[in-house]
Formats: sequence, C-alpha cells, structure tokens
Amino acid sequence: MHVIDVPDVHPEGLMTITADEPDLEPTFDTPDPDPRVGGAFSFDVVKPLVALVVPVVAVTAALAVGAIMLLALGTNPLRGYAALFDGAFGGWDALADTAIKAMPLLLVGVGICIAFRTGVINIGGEGQIIAGALLSTTVALIIPNTPRILLVPIVLMVGAIGGAAWGAIPGALKAYAGVNEILSTIMMNIIAAQLLSFLLQDLLIEKGVGAIRIQQTERVDPNSHLPILPGGTRLHLGVIVAILVAVLGFVLLFRSAIGMRLRSVGHNPAASKYAGMAVKRSIVQAMAFSGACAGVAGAILVFGSESHRLIGEGGSTAFTQNAGFNGIVAALFGSLHPIATIPASFIFGGLLTGGIQLQRELQVPAALIVALNGVVVVFVVSSLKLRGRINRWVEQREHARSAGIQRKDVV
Amino acid sequence: MWGDFFTTSVLVATLASGIRLATPFLLAALGEAIGQRSGVLNLGVEGVMLIGAFAAYFTKLRTDSALLAVGAALAAGAVMGLVYAFMTVVMQAEQGISGIGIFLFGLGFTDLLYQKQVGTPQPVSKLGKVEIPLLSDIPWIGEIFFQHNVLVYVAFLLVPTAWFVINKTTFGLNIRAVGETPEAADTLGVSVRLVRLQTIVIGNVMAGLAGGALALEVAIFQQNLTAGQGFIAIALVYFGAWRPAGVMAGALLFGIVSAVVVRLKTLGIVEGASSSLLSMAPAILTIVVLVIVSGRIAAPAALTRHFDRAT
Repeated sequence: MHVIDVPDVHPEGLMTITADEPDLEPTFDTPDPDPRVGGAFSFDVVKPLVALVVPVVAVTAALAVGAIMLLALGTNPLRGYAALFDGAFGGWDALADTAIKAMPLLLVGVGICIAFRTGVINIGGEGQIIAGALLSTTVALIIPNTPRILLVPIVLMVGAIGGAAWGAIPGALKAYAGVNEILSTIMMNIIAAQLLSFLLQDLLIEKGVGAIRIQQTERVDPNSHLPILPGGTRLHLGVIVAILVAVLGFVLLFRSAIGMRLRSVGHNPAASKYAGMAVKRSIVQAMAFSGACAGVAGAILVFGSESHRLIGEGGSTAFTQNAGFNGIVAALFGSLHPIATIPASFIFGGLLTGGIQLQRELQVPAALIVALNGVVVVFVVSSLKLRGRINRWVEQREHARSAGIQRKDVV
Repeated sequence: MWGDFFTTSVLVATLASGIRLATPFLLAALGEAIGQRSGVLNLGVEGVMLIGAFAAYFTKLRTDSALLAVGAALAAGAVMGLVYAFMTVVMQAEQGISGIGIFLFGLGFTDLLYQKQVGTPQPVSKLGKVEIPLLSDIPWIGEIFFQHNVLVYVAFLLVPTAWFVINKTTFGLNIRAVGETPEAADTLGVSVRLVRLQTIVIGNVMAGLAGGALALEVAIFQQNLTAGQGFIAIALVYFGAWRPAGVMAGALLFGIVSAVVVRLKTLGIVEGASSSLLSMAPAILTIVVLVIVSGRIAAPAALTRHFDRAT
C-alpha cells in the first residue's frame, strides 16, 4: 500500500483514450485554434466524413435495437417510428415542444462539453438542475414585486449559481481529495433528490390546508415568468437562453484563455501542471461552469413551465425529465462541441416528444426512449476507437499517395 | 421514542435486516472488485442490477420458482457481461461513459418491460429462510446471522472464495497481473483480453445476482428499484481497498445504515419530510468514505486503461 501524493496529475487518469496512443494525432473538424491540443476524447481527431458517418451508423444501429424492442412488445416498428417522428417533428407545435424538451438537454450538454474536455466526468447534471431550480425558486419567492426586466435575469443567474455550487463540491473533492467524480456526482444527485423531496414537503410547500397536499411550491411571481416568444407556439425565452449559453460555452472553450487551460488540463494534466497551469483550480472551475449550465436549465424548467412552480410530485426525475443523463447523450452525440450539441439536443428532444406520442398512439411506455438513449451511448462510445482507426487508415493512404507523387516529381 | 429503538429485540432485528440489505451491495461490489483488479471499471453495475432484478422478479412472478428466478438473474448478468466485454475489450470504449450507457439502458429497459408486462404492482413471495441447525438457536446471534435466505449465505461465502481465487490461484495471479501491468502479463503469454473478458462476465453475473437478491428480498419490482445501490457498490470497492474482506466490511456498514434508516421510519421516530433527509445518509456516507479512502490506497495501476498490443 503506497500513498499517491498527487493523484490528480496522474497521467493515467480516467480519460486516456488519446493518451494511450503514442502517435500524435492531428486535430481538425472543430474550430480548435491549436492543432496540437485535442480534447480529452478523440472526438475531434477525425476526418469530417468519418465524423458524420460513424454517429449516423451508431444511431441507425440504436434504432435497429429499438425496432427489435418494439417488435418484442408486439408493436409494428415502422408504425412506432412513424408515430415517433410525427410527434417530434410533425408541425410547428411539435417542433416547438421538441425545442422546449431540447432546452435542458442542450444546457446540460454544454456543461458536459466543458467538464468532459477538462477530463472531469460530470454525471451530476440531475443534482445540479435541482440545485439551480431550488435556489432560483426560493429567491423568486423571497423577492416578489421586482420588475420583470430585473427578475428574469436574476432568477436565471441564481439558478446558475445554485448549479455551480452543487457542481463545484464534487469538483473540489476530486481536485483536493482525489475523490472519483463519477461516484461523488452520482451521490450528489441522490442528495439533491432527497433535498428536493424534503423542501417540497416542508419549508417550500404551497400554503393552504387541503386534505392531500401536493409536493409543490407556490406559483412564482408573474414577473419572473419567462416570456413566450411570438408565433403562437409554447416556445419561450428559455430556448433562446439555452442557445446563447451554447454559444458562450463555445467561446469559453475554444476562444478564451480559460478554455485553452481547461482543455489542456483535460488532455494532459501532468504536462499542464509542468507548464505552470493550475490543474486543481481548473477542475473545480470546469465543474462549476458545468453545474452552472445545468442550474440554468433547472431555473428554466421552473420559470418557463406552464405551471410556473417547482413540482416535486412523482419524484425528482419527473421534474428534471432525466435531462442530467440525457444531456450527456446529446453532448456525446455532438462530439463534445457546444455548437454541435445544439442540433444533437434537438434530435434527442425530438425522441422525448416523439416518445410521448408513441405512448399515446401505440401504448408503448416512454421508458423506451430512456433505454434507446442508453443504446445510443453504448454505440457512440464503442465506435470512437473505430473512428480513430478509420481516420488513421485514411491518413496513411493519403500519406502514401502524396509520397508517390513526390517520387514522380523527382523522376 | 428512541427508547423503542434501543430494545434488544429491535436492535437484533435491525442488525439481521442490515445483513440482508448488505447482500446486494456485497454481491455487486465483490464482482466489481474482481473486475477492477483486472483493470476494468464497470460503471454499469446499477443497470445490470436492475436487469437482474427484473429478470428474477418476473420469472418468480410467472413460474413461482425461486431456482428459475435466480437462474434468470444470473443469465441476465451474463448476457450484459458479454455486451460490456464486447464494448470495452473488443471496441475499447471509454469505460466511464460506457457504464452510463448500460445504466440508462437498464433503467429504461426494465421500466419498459415492467409497464408492458406487469403494469400494476404485484408482489411475489420472498425466498424462504434457511435456518442453520443449532447455530440459529443461539440467542441473538442466531437471529442476526443464521436465519436468512440462501442468497445471503452465498454472498458471504463468496467473500473467502473471492479472496482465495484472487490470491491463491493462477487465474487470480493473472487477474492481478493484467490489472497492474498488462504489457508484462502479455509478454508472459497471458491473454489480457481473455482474462478481462472473464472478470467482466463474472462481475456482471454477480451484479445480476445482486439485483435478483434485492428483488427477491423486497419481493416487488418498481421503476429504478435499485435507487443508486449499484453506484454505492462501486464506491464500496474503493472503500474496501479492492480486497474482498474490506468490501464486505463496507457492505455491512451500508446494509446496517440502510436498516437503521428503514427502522427509524417504520417506528415513526423520524417521520414525514424529515425521512427524506434521513434517506440522504447512505449517499453522504459514501462521499465521506471516498474522501477518507481516496489517495491513501493505490488502485490497480491499469484501472480503466485499455490494452492494445499494436500500439
């Protein structure tokens, strides 16, 4: 039994997909300003064509597994997928609902991009959403009668702070105590869910004396409601906020010194430390940023909801819509790039709205979508190494070709 | 009120149920420990437990055969083990994220099957108690240790078995070699992939059995039945420093804490909203345990590292 003195800079950390390959892989496909610094994952080291083909194949494979499940349940897969597609993308209302469902996935996903690229596996999205929702709701209930122009930004900011704090705790535990962040974030999820259940039965429960009291807060002040966008759909400001956060996340990761440092830490903590970067602080920052994004999602789920209150009835996942996990799927699908995560979240948001339609039309439980998301993760992560191999093969062929041309020139 | 709790009969019953509740933790964590000793982190335990739990519950519901139910849990674990081995050993997928995929699949898949095939809560009969002759008659000790169902005894007998396999057999030596320096093991003719495939399947079979033990103990299935127990089991591997005896100590601690929480709720000592706060106890304890353990004990050196002879 020996003591590891600096556990956090051990090069064989969790993220060793690129680290265990001695050859330096070139980076493109993402607007990465420095070609030598790739992400912690080998997402960004593939030819654009391979980058597109592999996830498409992965999803097709996942849908095939889904078709088998539908068949086993006695449902015609074609009818099932038709209902799914119609529910997700058929008409403006469906598209708007899909965008609304995509919002938390996008926000969590952007946070995942930041954390994963720093080499921190943040599985705590669920807890961070709840923390953001709880803190922002509490603040909104404390300061009613504030002008809307102030109150809306305030609740969103407070949501971000709540999520950031909930994310920073496991970040600090990893950085300063070497605690595996996957386990600690999952435990933080459980703690947040119980905290939500406690507060909505006790301190934050709606006033009134009904025989059966529902676990929910008071309606928040109308001035805190997120404005509905014009166009006659349910689309609200939260969707715009989510897209803005994705752009900000891109700027932070790829156009700022902080992002450069975070990605460097994710790629090679030992070298980053040697280069004088604050590795431990970067880990905490990445988790705080990541949590902040999820926290904003939590606030939007309250202030953009139709009930305009925080509801704990039916368990915490009824409130979070499992976005803490589904956001990971969207981010992975978007190659851990905040901008690519926008369409990815939209697709997975579509799966969620389509899943509701599937349940309504063909009585297939929406749990199918959770299972499908798992299958997508399985196929996407399994195909990453393959992508790298195909990529290397393409490169070798190109290299051989250009070498051949050179020889001809000499002759 | 607290007087109700501190009576001999309640304390003895609580300890006995602590041992029963420790069983799923122990089975899952032992399997995970064997996998981790060979360098494979399996974060899908929670999902595999759910699948094993549903397999056991559903088989019990339909056939009313405990033997078939346990067999279904084992088989479900084995299938998931082959899937996970294909992902991580053949496709060399990142182990942390792969496990989350397995978890999501297990969570959704079992919920789907439960809603479609069962629908309304239908309890099954519990596994019968096996009272060990003579020993079960000892006052207190007998009730705490020797009046459980057969899976409880199996789980605790697997502790010395796992220790023996890991430390005293060639297979165990190979596991440790592959988990510390796969390159060296490979040069000596040990198939890194084969050893890891075996440990992954063993680990998943035990996770499936853990789920089965849970379902047959609570005699019911519901969405997310495991509620994080699989993840806690992974934390117990760290707690137990990758050693079967240490893992057992952790499982017992968590089993007893869970039993105390349940008992305080049923006795009405903690009620209403406060019981939610009490339910945080295992999660908080896990974090505290991880803080104490982390960085003090070295993990298997090749944990989460893929082995590829070509590079």
